[in-house]
Amino acid sequence: MKYIREFRDGGLARKLAAAIAREADPDRHYNLMEFCGGHTHAIFRYGVQDLVPANVEYVHGPGCPVCVLPVRRLDDAVELALKEGVILTTYGDMMRVPGTKQKSLIRARAEGADIRMVYSTQDALNVARDNPDRQVVFFAIGFETTTPPTAVAILQAQAEGLTNFTVFCNHVLTPPAIAHIVNAPSEPGEKPVRIDGFLGPSHVSSVIGWAPYEPAARDFEKPVVIAGFEPLDVMQSTLMLIRQINEGRHVVENQYTRVVTREGNRKAQSLVAQVLELRKTFEWRGLGYVSDSALRIRDAYAAFDAEKRFTVSPKDSREVKSCECPAILRGVKKPTECKLFGTVCTPDNPMGACMVSSEGACAAYWTYGRKRGAALPARGAAA
Amino acid sequence: MCLAIPAIVVSVEADDMATVALEGIRKPVSTALLEDVAVGDYVLVHVGFALHKLSVEEAERTLQLMAETGVLAEELAEMAGEAGA
Ligand code: SF4
Repeated sequence: MKYIREFRDGGLARKLAAAIAREADPDRHYNLMEFCGGHTHAIFRYGVQDLVPANVEYVHGPGCPVCVLPVRRLDDAVELALKEGVILTTYGDMMRVPGTKQKSLIRARAEGADIRMVYSTQDALNVARDNPDRQVVFFAIGFETTTPPTAVAILQAQAEGLTNFTVFCNHVLTPPAIAHIVNAPSEPGEKPVRIDGFLGPSHVSSVIGWAPYEPAARDFEKPVVIAGFEPLDVMQSTLMLIRQINEGRHVVENQYTRVVTREGNRKAQSLVAQVLELRKTFEWRGLGYVSDSALRIRDAYAAFDAEKRFTVSPKDSREVKSCECPAILRGVKKPTECKLFGTVCTPDNPMGACMVSSEGACAAYWTYGRKRGAALPARGAAA
Repeated sequence: MCLAIPAIVVSVEADDMATVALEGIRKPVSTALLEDVAVGDYVLVHVGFALHKLSVEEAERTLQLMAETGVLAEELAEMAGEAGA
């Protein structure tokens, strides 16, 4: 690809690479977690890992909304979709994620469930308007960028008096996940990940601003740099993190000043706050239960809450056996350490969420890093 | 689905809606999350909502990068894809 060559040969990338090489202390190892799948992709597509010294290592984080949804919630969505009279609407990314016994929404659709992909919550509302005799459930997932559209849809449904529209709310929050990653005890038999700093999410931060990351940076002494999605943004943010680490500082810095402010989008925040409230705890794939890490629909809008309108049965949900998604989302394993990677599990036949979404780490390795990735040392070897 | 794509506002309609254009595709988007949106503004569009206003330079830079790396085609297909059915 022409542009990738231009980027790598370009003056600015070379200068940044030289500055990183000069400032990275050869006696220490820098484990930098890029929270977002968007960053993972920039790093792979442009081979950013090859442009920085070997002791500066990118660790892929849990910033893929499809990937972090726990299997139980997906199984619940499948159950909702199979209920009499229900139409389940959802973003396209969710369709192929395998649930327990590899049952995905696509399979449920093949069994007769009425499941429709939508591009936006506006489309989901249209499905409800067009089908007044059916119950339309919007299966909502995503981080803070995707949450305001859900809140707006609920307010619209209320204003119109739509009685056949509900939301199965699975929205999650990034700052508690970052705090959890640095603070969580490691699983038995697992080497703990030591993360030295975070490349913070950019579009998420355009909504919530960068202030919400300050407690995590301060309390856990980990620098956070809000980073744009372009490869030059990633490299510049890497340099900013290395400087903070070298100087023993740990604050939130904002590289992506073109779009992100400290306050974020107040209007979007107040719409969300009006309709949604914190859940005491919520399960994330890979991270387990994380307190105050997700949102539920406020009681005032209970009529639009699928969890209140319908009951789902308790179930014994399980990941596909041998799928290492949970460990990958914690940053302790790389996709190439999964036995199924590239053999049984490919984007055409995904066994786990990390291979389905284009933001997932397994999909990124498959698309760009197969050969090179195979030769990478196991994570933590040099830590 | 975390990505947002820049597009230009070509008309502003009632009920917090606007039409944006990008590479020949016209798409209705909600502007409920922004304070004031005018024709000619560049906005970042994510799942059918304008999330943020952008400068022309930032929009063009992002679009060029997305085009050259193939991401633009994917996002456009998602935008153009008809919902439902
Ligand atoms: S390669 Fe497939 S099975 Fe292995 S961790 Fe990734 S998604 Fe799971």
